Amino acid sequence: MITDLVLALTQALVVAAGAPLLVGALRTLKARLVGRRGPRPWQPYADLAKLLRKEAVVSTTTSWVFRVTPYVLVATMLVAAVIVPVVASRTALPFAGIILLMYLFLVGAFFLALAGLDSGSAFGGMGASREVAVAALAEPTVILAVFALALRADTTNLGGIVARFAGEPRLAASPGHLLAFAAFFIVMLAETGRLPVDNPATHLELTMIHEAMVLEYSGRYLALVEWAGAMKLFVFLTLLANLFFPWGVPSLVAPAPILLGLLALVGKLALLTVFLAVLETIVAKLRLFRVPELLAGSFALALLSVTAVFVAP
Amino acid sequence: MAASLFILAAVGGALAATVGIAGVLGTGGRLSIPWLVPLGGLELSLDPLGGLFLALVGAAAIPASIYAIGYAGGERRGVLAYLGFVSAMSVVPLAANLMTFVIAWELMSLASYFLVLHDRDRTESVDAAWVYAVMSQIGLACLLAGMLVLATATGSTTFADWSSAAPDLPPGTRVLPLVLLGLGFVSKAGVIPLHVWLPRAHPAAPSHVSALMSGVMIKLGIYGLARVSLDWLAPTPAWWGAALLLVGAVSAVVGILYAVVERDLKRLLAFSSIENVGIILIGLGAGLVFAAVGLGGLAVLAIAAALYHAVNHAAFKSLLFLGAGAVVHATGTRNMNALGGLVRRMPWTAACFVFGAAAIAALPPLNGFVSEWLIFQALLQNVRMARLELNLAFTVGLAALALTSGLTLACFVKAAGITFLAVPRSEEAARAHEAPVSMRAAMVLLAAACVGLGVGPTLVLPALARVVGPLVGSELPALGDGLTVRISGEFAALSPLALAAALAIALLAPLGALWLVGAQRRTRWAPTWACGRILQTARMEYTATAFSNPFKRVFDFFYRPAPRLDIEFHPESRFFVERIEYASPTRSLVEEWLYRPALATLSGLAAHARRLQSGSANTYLAYILAALVLLLVIA
Repeated sequence: MITDLVLALTQALVVAAGAPLLVGALRTLKARLVGRRGPRPWQPYADLAKLLRKEAVVSTTTSWVFRVTPYVLVATMLVAAVIVPVVASRTALPFAGIILLMYLFLVGAFFLALAGLDSGSAFGGMGASREVAVAALAEPTVILAVFALALRADTTNLGGIVARFAGEPRLAASPGHLLAFAAFFIVMLAETGRLPVDNPATHLELTMIHEAMVLEYSGRYLALVEWAGAMKLFVFLTLLANLFFPWGVPSLVAPAPILLGLLALVGKLALLTVFLAVLETIVAKLRLFRVPELLAGSFALALLSVTAVFVAP
Repeated sequence: MAASLFILAAVGGALAATVGIAGVLGTGGRLSIPWLVPLGGLELSLDPLGGLFLALVGAAAIPASIYAIGYAGGERRGVLAYLGFVSAMSVVPLAANLMTFVIAWELMSLASYFLVLHDRDRTESVDAAWVYAVMSQIGLACLLAGMLVLATATGSTTFADWSSAAPDLPPGTRVLPLVLLGLGFVSKAGVIPLHVWLPRAHPAAPSHVSALMSGVMIKLGIYGLARVSLDWLAPTPAWWGAALLLVGAVSAVVGILYAVVERDLKRLLAFSSIENVGIILIGLGAGLVFAAVGLGGLAVLAIAAALYHAVNHAAFKSLLFLGAGAVVHATGTRNMNALGGLVRRMPWTAACFVFGAAAIAALPPLNGFVSEWLIFQALLQNVRMARLELNLAFTVGLAALALTSGLTLACFVKAAGITFLAVPRSEEAARAHEAPVSMRAAMVLLAAACVGLGVGPTLVLPALARVVGPLVGSELPALGDGLTVRISGEFAALSPLALAAALAIALLAPLGALWLVGAQRRTRWAPTWACGRILQTARMEYTATAFSNPFKRVFDFFYRPAPRLDIEFHPESRFFVERIEYASPTRSLVEEWLYRPALATLSGLAAHARRLQSGSANTYLAYILAALVLLLVIA
């Protein structure tokens, strides 16, 4: 019980504190890759601190939905941080299922889209409509991709999957596994609003999705929304790292293995961040109505991956 | 007067719910009045499966009747039909022989027909009632044919005799009644492509009746399917379960695709009922497949999950229909493009509706999530059987369920967001008033049910397993302790109560964090910013149509939209536009490809048949003579 509590707090803390650094590092890397100096990696912390000092300007057309949403967003991300195996393959909540995780993300999407509509501007509605469209199309892919893993590991428990693949690396190299990885990676881009689906750095109304939804937020509300967004990216990348490359994730919960697990996580996240930065530098944003084609492609990959479980176990 | 009758209905509902729950818990009972009904007499019997659906009817009737007190506002018309509707629905799950069942079933259809016809001055209602009547009679014809075939084969009209005789019937004899009864019940459940009546009839009825029709009546179709497959004709072959699974998958996806582009609030809810019946069928079909291949424990799990979803759907769909009814009551329109901003004028209704939307979108820790989670888990268990064709059917079910859940989210963000948030889009919406207290009480009651069913699966699931277990002849595998639901040992676990607690704590975390770091607490109110324009009007908002446009474009192969754009320019310059009219209606492939050709053939045949009717008495006498001679020859 005490171990679980400590583990839960550690995980929540790692995700909550590490998320802005991840986003900052990604921005710095992207800037360097295109020859700019860019901001320092810890700039997001300074941004958050600045936002927290400012008063919030709230639109008179909005209702309680708009003001509740940032808190709900952060809450779902914190629970997600506790149920994902971050530093150990054992998780604090024993029912840490993959389906639960995906639906927790949907809670965030639901409230954020409602908040977008609540502002009453065309931007908010446009962002909400696009966001739920992308989420709706990404949902089946992500569920099938993780099911392919779950069926191979014979559990939908996230910690169980990681422990199983860490024990049998041969399983992690099967073609079905690689297909699932490709599908999951594409969905990760869509769900966290990265290129080529959405451009986190733009405020151009023709292209923006996520930014259009949160346009009306300011002050502490904006800080919470930005923070939750960073945590979502962190959780998704951690999931990708630990599910598909489960090496170095300790199953034992004690200070020394946890520290090692944390180091392994930092290493894997650094690699994934570099990969993401390079990818975002070399691809262009897709036209909005080409995004479904990308998602359909990743859906096909995930479906193949699940079918492979039955055909070639 | 009307109010006391509605209170009577609510009390009756409570009574029915009590009896039903007693039945679920194992109390049996029979009632037989031989002289009341011809051909076998009135026979009722209470068993767990019937008890579950009786409890569902009763429990849904309570909030609907309370709501009706405020909604009907003393109007007397339709009260008797409402009482008849609720009573007939309560008798259906208890009926123990053919005649009792058919009479109760037909009374249910008839009473709801009159309720659909409530606004008889509107052609829309009259058309809806007409389509509804035709479809329910076709369904009844299928049911009667199937029952008569079964009665002939077993030599009895009592249901108990059917189930005892069924295992000895040759497989060939069982197929015909299985398919006929299946068609009859599936048409009542509103499964694609027999759904055409549902999106017309449900919105036309008064909202408390819509709630009962969507929440309960279509579930009686599910009851019939479960009764046929688990009792009368059990055990069913594996293809039957797989067929139900695939039909359910198609219904779920197609239903929600129609719902997501709908701008009529009640039609959207009706289409979403088609989707939810599809989800229930996915679970039921999966369970029947498991039963057919000898995995009894998994069969209980899957069917119990399906029944769980049926109960949950009754709760949140009733809630949403009652919320939509409150909106219609306050504004007089169901068109979402004329609504908006109601959250200010109707805070209770708005909160309840957002709650129901979250439940139907399967957001944890509410009830929709728990049952969808269970159905997902049941489908995933298909790795335990090694039949490739069945595995693939299950994969299709998984993919369909996943796509459906994403689209449901989009659909209900739209329903709740466009209807209740931002700025009112019409005078009526701006002048809306909050619903009277009885309507609010009913909605709060249902919202509480959504929470209770969501956090209490460890209580609900064993009860459902008691319903299904004896029918399948197996027990639910170990469920874990009082807080956690476990599937197949270590395969999966879920504890909604702990999850709810975790979410509550996590909700406090950002509040505490903001306080700790001493964040700025001041809030300034200002108009929505949009690139420096001065005025904020409702015309700048996104509409329901605009919101669903991405779906229309992505799935255009399905919707086949026929957009039309009319622009009227100023006579002197094309740079000035006087009027723009844009319409992008979607087409219904089912109606175009199935119903139109069928109706065309039917009217062609009817035209031919009309020639028989010359109007001359001599010809008719000749017909009678010919018929007599023919009968004598055959005899």
